[in-house]
Amino acid sequence: MDRPKGLKYTIPQGEIMSPGHLACQGCGATLAMRYALKALGRETIVVIPACCWSIIDGPFPYSSIGVPMFHTAFETAASTASGVLAGLQIKNKHKVNVLAWAGDGGTADIGIQALSGAVERGDDFIYVCYDNEAYMNTGIQRSSSTPYGAWTTTTPGKSFKTLPKKNMVEIMVAHTIPYAATANIAYPEDFIEKLKKARDIRGPKYIQILAPCPVGWKYSSEKTIKLGRLAFETCIFPLYEVVEDRYIVKKPSSKRPVTEYLQLQGRFSHLKAEEISKMQEYVDSAWKKLLKKEEQA
Amino acid sequence: MKKSNSKKKKLTGQGAKTIEFKNHNDMPLCAVSLTDTLYNKTGSWRSIRPVVQKDKCISCLLCWKFCPEPCISMVDGKPVIDYDYCKGCAICIEVCPKGAIVSEDEKK
Repeated sequence: MDRPKGLKYTIPQGEIMSPGHLACQGCGATLAMRYALKALGRETIVVIPACCWSIIDGPFPYSSIGVPMFHTAFETAASTASGVLAGLQIKNKHKVNVLAWAGDGGTADIGIQALSGAVERGDDFIYVCYDNEAYMNTGIQRSSSTPYGAWTTTTPGKSFKTLPKKNMVEIMVAHTIPYAATANIAYPEDFIEKLKKARDIRGPKYIQILAPCPVGWKYSSEKTIKLGRLAFETCIFPLYEVVEDRYIVKKPSSKRPVTEYLQLQGRFSHLKAEEISKMQEYVDSAWKKLLKKEEQA
Repeated sequence: MKKSNSKKKKLTGQGAKTIEFKNHNDMPLCAVSLTDTLYNKTGSWRSIRPVVQKDKCISCLLCWKFCPEPCISMVDGKPVIDYDYCKGCAICIEVCPKGAIVSEDEKK
């Protein structure tokens, strides 16, 4: 491909993922994988437990991912990554990146003990959780990563989840992990920079990337990027990284009210004014806490 | 391991590869996918068709950057959409700052 003058590629140009995969229209998780492969290159082995991506990748003998992929059981993403890493070390292949790639259910609920164990052992791999805030692959069931106020198929009738979202990054920081970060598919440069930074650090690395899901969040597929941007600008999903207990927070130029983010999504359509103000309080206090942590470091 | 001709014919995706193993030690321990998904023309999923108006395009690359397929390539500085794979999610229409990509009804 010729590169005419004036074209400024802010993310790597080469494409590793191939089209023809089985993701829904406007899938955020697919974008996340596309950027991750761009950042890490072909010298990568991806470990995928049961999640949306085990379907997106394609049926055997086809694979859209372009690099070796190990499909494993739901709860074992991190422990399989440890095993793959041990195998690579025995074969003296130290330059191969091992990427564990799990959804929020496979990270925050089902896979948490394997992840906790692998991080405690200090295995040198990157764990990325693409967070679509429910079990989207099996039909929008509530996970512990589902935020307050969201409708799912396992919050019966007109009720919604009344508990806040589990903060996985803080759980990882409590393990004294060398590197933990959040990312957002609407900011690919930031995500790729964080992955490259993570690749050069020895030890376990954890990145949680927000991946909007048109089917589960009930919005029209073209809004994926807009919702990603709004999640950052309303501070519902703040972008920050924790390097050796030091917090670095990326701040939006102006903080927007959460209603702008909520009104675009059908899963929040039942919320009344008092619930929205409660949610705004949640977000404000979490944001304040985060800024305080940054100051303390 | 040599694949028989009949097996080769089954894997007719554009990226279909045949890998020959020297001996049994070379063979992988589990089932391995060696073929990409280019056989799967997802363009048939589409209900709207994004069309690029090249005169309005400012080559900002946003559509290329945010295509989840990815099926947008840059040719001579302008985006070209591969309709074999475009699922019609309309992200490119939404992110274009100049409105240079318009949506048309998919003609069956």
